[in-house]
Amino acid sequence: MTLAPETTDLKVQLRLADDEWFTVCDLNRLLPGRGVAALLPDGRQVALFRDRRGQVYAVDNRDPFTGAAVLSRGLTGTHGDRPFVASPLLKQRFDLLSGQCLDDETVRVTAYEVRAA
Amino acid sequence: MSDTPTIVLVGHGMVGQRFLEALAERGLTATHRVVVLCEEPRPAYDRVHLTSYFSGTSADELSMTDMEFIEKHGIELYVGDPAETVDRDARKVTARSGLVVDYDVLVLATGSFPFVPPVPGKDAEGCFVYRTIEDLLAIEEYAKTAKTGAVVGGGLLGLEAAGALKGLGVEAHIVEFAPRLMPVQVDDGGGAALLRTIEDMGLSVHTGVGTQEIVTDAAGAVTGMKLSDGSELATDMVIFSAGVRPRDQLARDCGLQVGERGGISVDEQCRTVTDPHVFAIGECALAADGRVYGLVAPGYEQAETAAATIAADEASFTGADLSTKLKLLGVDVASFGDAHGTAEDCLDVVYSDSRAGLYKKLVIARDGTLLGGILVGDAEAYGTLRAFTGSVPPVSPEQLVLPAGAGAPTQLGPSALPDEAIICSCHNVSKGTIRGAVTDHQCTTVPEVKKCTKAGTGCGSCIKVLGQLVTAELEAGGVEVDKGLCGCFSQTREELYEIVLALRITSYQDLLDRHGRENARGGDGCEVCKPAVASIIASLAPTIGAEGYVLDGEQAALQDTNDHFLANLQKNGSYSVVPRIPGGEIAPEKLIVIGEIARDFGLYTKITGGQRIDMFGARVEQLPVIWARLVDAGFESGHAYGKSLRTVKSCVGSTWCRYGVQDSVRMAIDLELRYRGLRSPHKLKSAVSGCARECAEAQSKDFGVIATSNGWNLYVGGNGGATPRHADLLAQDLSDAELIRLIDRFLMFYIRTADRLERTSTWLDRIPGGLDHVRDVVVHDSLGICDELEGLMAAHVSHYRDEWAETINDPEKLARFVSFINAPDTPDPVVGFVPERDQMKPDLPLLSIGLRPTGEDVLEGSAQR
Ligand code: SRM
Ligand SMILES: Cc1cc2nc3c(=O)[nH]c(=O)nc-3n(C[C@H](O)[C@H](O)[C@H](O)COP(=O)(O)OP(=O)(O)OC[C@H]3O[C@@H](n4cnc5c(N)ncnc54)[C@H](O)[C@@H]3O)c2cc1C
Ligand code: SF4
Ligand code: FES
Repeated sequence: MTLAPETTDLKVQLRLADDEWFTVCDLNRLLPGRGVAALLPDGRQVALFRDRRGQVYAVDNRDPFTGAAVLSRGLTGTHGDRPFVASPLLKQRFDLLSGQCLDDETVRVTAYEVRAA
Repeated sequence: MSDTPTIVLVGHGMVGQRFLEALAERGLTATHRVVVLCEEPRPAYDRVHLTSYFSGTSADELSMTDMEFIEKHGIELYVGDPAETVDRDARKVTARSGLVVDYDVLVLATGSFPFVPPVPGKDAEGCFVYRTIEDLLAIEEYAKTAKTGAVVGGGLLGLEAAGALKGLGVEAHIVEFAPRLMPVQVDDGGGAALLRTIEDMGLSVHTGVGTQEIVTDAAGAVTGMKLSDGSELATDMVIFSAGVRPRDQLARDCGLQVGERGGISVDEQCRTVTDPHVFAIGECALAADGRVYGLVAPGYEQAETAAATIAADEASFTGADLSTKLKLLGVDVASFGDAHGTAEDCLDVVYSDSRAGLYKKLVIARDGTLLGGILVGDAEAYGTLRAFTGSVPPVSPEQLVLPAGAGAPTQLGPSALPDEAIICSCHNVSKGTIRGAVTDHQCTTVPEVKKCTKAGTGCGSCIKVLGQLVTAELEAGGVEVDKGLCGCFSQTREELYEIVLALRITSYQDLLDRHGRENARGGDGCEVCKPAVASIIASLAPTIGAEGYVLDGEQAALQDTNDHFLANLQKNGSYSVVPRIPGGEIAPEKLIVIGEIARDFGLYTKITGGQRIDMFGARVEQLPVIWARLVDAGFESGHAYGKSLRTVKSCVGSTWCRYGVQDSVRMAIDLELRYRGLRSPHKLKSAVSGCARECAEAQSKDFGVIATSNGWNLYVGGNGGATPRHADLLAQDLSDAELIRLIDRFLMFYIRTADRLERTSTWLDRIPGGLDHVRDVVVHDSLGICDELEGLMAAHVSHYRDEWAETINDPEKLARFVSFINAPDTPDPVVGFVPERDQMKPDLPLLSIGLRPTGEDVLEGSAQR
């Protein structure tokens, strides 16, 4: 029997409360540069991303400009040295670490702490 | 403490906050103790965008107060503690909590309160006003049990309130005493255009009637209202929005002079006329020109003036431009200058199309000077027109309001403006100042100019003109304007195409790391270059040896969301499905399959403008099941989602039509099958007409074909859409084979040299030499590249595979079509539908209200050139 390489066991986890980590999926389900949506126990939706270095990010999935839950389907990129996702609907960009909208300083989405463990 | 002078600010609203920022900018927070008394339970927030709460902006997100700023400048902010009395002799303010503060300077920024007409029942349960976040929360709570709501007042704020009701899912009525909506900003014609659009949104408007009484039930809750025409309107709640009045009670009580109709009288320095130690700014002030301003921009100017005066700098506020551009319930409404034509002897130029909800009026003086105007439905020209106000525009006024396509439309470049023209009225920035930012302060981008001059940082309506000015100024100064694709690549799309082709680069990361800008290498790129490079790689796939399937490996991460899901994203997060119907020809059996699928999945079905059928409202997890059935019935992807060939439209042609001279249907099908799946800089459209009567509208297509008795005429560079262009004749009387060879070359030359998102029409107008050059290259082979162009196309044609067939047969590819990675079977609860005309439509929260970033300003930043 061959053992699967260790990394395939890594899980993506979100911090929901101080010491509550919510397991979403296997890390290898995340394609670098692309997002997926996940459902939280309380009905909220989260957009998860992985960049080419393997870093994972999580922000609220709801696009505040349109109300649709689609941020997970946007294109990602780097602005300066900060990672961002551009909404697929009207293209506003959001910083993946802070959730801050880069095109409208009055808008921000929730950013979650996330880890691969 | 006694040796630091104290400034007390009463009222922490939008203008109050701006005043604090102006104090800090002038260094006054360092030399003064600053105390703020804030009545509301939260510090200053964005009242202008209050209604955006109903489209998802939270109360916290509306905040305008950065607590770090307050702390850093040592400002003492007392939230929820209003000023109750002022003793001007002792220079003391007493707050409700009992706090007493001595002041050297007192600044009143108490704003205004909503005026509630004295009708019986006005205080009943279910009656509201709309000014604060607290009002909004109360309305939201009450609306949970309400079905119908009525707004008293059809002005700017009334429409905002109606938008709020609509956003809460309450059936909304607007009752306006004047004969039209927004009586202050627009005239009758504008009101009519606005009325039509607003009624189309499902809001009921009652103009020319007053509210006489609020009717209540036994428990004292609202059940309706009696109107002045004798009718009664049943409603569960009422929002009064009949204007605002300055909050000047505190000032009255301490003996400051107020105007006859309210407002604290101030001079040009915003100092009260009664007491040199007291200032008044914002909506509570009666300015030196005898007006009370109800907009933020003049309030900001007053805040700056008061701060400058306190710092002993020169400044004055002598009056402000009331020009405004708003987006109300999604409708553009703008008015500027002397909008109502009050000047003597002035003339109106009006364009009105009430079917399209358009109304544009310019007020012109006898000598041709532009005095003002009103724009409803399309305020695109607002920035330029406002800047021309007060001067004679260099072209006739008709040309400025006629829609593109009618007569000779003219777009006035900002270069025609005089230096004194005000470009940004929010911050009073002239064209000269903006030019100065580029020439004297070395700003080279719009964001830099915004920082330097503040232009464009208010309502945002001037950004488009700002961008044009900055580019023009840079080019005039001989500065090399960065023509790079985006912040990641300094090359143009054309140059990247050549690199990819010559070096056979099949990976985006490879291209970025080797050829990207220094600081972008090793990064994740951006949303501009990823799809552009993906398109180049896909166009060249067979030739450079890349995977032909656009979702393979790294390519999947580069595609725009539509390509990623092989379907078109709709506003609520659902998708549309468009199977290919070559030439518009379809057998009844296939038509039935489409009908059955649409019925089984409950999809909204529509015949498109491209001679095929679009099914809307599919959830992401339904796409593969829908396509499995379509593929089974012999359908292929229609690429409605891709920047690639869309349709080749066709007329019925010589087979049936008595005039037809060639078989246009057969040719259209041949062309559509040849070029299907070809990725290009923008979408490609085509059509074939069977004779010169042109029923297929081929001359509005990227490449259009019209039959002649000797063969085919080929037209190129046509475009419908926003900027229509008639196609140019490239060659005449071609045989079938000649026609196809020429189109092969033409398309490949376009793909090679066009910019991203550049249709053939704009490309043809842009490239040096224009049509003649293109004809030289593709007809006369002046560059000797025609063999290569034909070879590239041949490779594309022979490698074409249907993307959807490939997708549904590969479980790994199907894995991406799930709603949630951790709950693949749970449909996205945000995607909902409501019935309409026997089908369904998206059930949406209120979407676009308030001042939303438009296309131009959304995209600026590092990623743009
Ligand atoms: C469905 C359809 C309207 C309809 O119900 O008839 C449509 C729908 C869309 N059009 Fe169109 N256009 C449709 C025919 C047209 C036509 C008429 C035609 O092709 O004969 C035009 C004018 C002709 C032209 O393009 O030159 C047209 C000019 C546009 C434009 C403006 C292009 C321009 O160069 O100015 C856009 C915006 C863009 O592409 O940037 C656009 C974009 C769109 C998009 C893709 C907008 C978007 O990104 O969501 C719409 C999505 C379709 C969807 O979700 O399925 N659509 N659009 C038509 C689909 C035809 C088809 O079968 O594929
Ligand atoms: C729904 C809505 C939409 C609008 N849209 C637009 C728009 O699109 N464009 C535009 O230009 N303008 C718009 N306005 C108007 C704009 O909001 C006002 O012009 C602006 O808020 C005025 O700022 P201000 O600071 O003078 O008053 P406010 O923002 O009203 O602030 C005054 C503050 O002072 C407080 N206060 C009053 N008395 C006391 C006291 N005794 N002690 C302590 N505090 C006190 C009040 O509670 C309030 O918080 C809109 C307004 C509303 C309600
Ligand atoms: S273009 Fe000519 S051939 Fe085609 S339908 Fe019209 S009249 Fe008939
Ligand atoms: S005009 Fe409002 S930001 Fe310039």
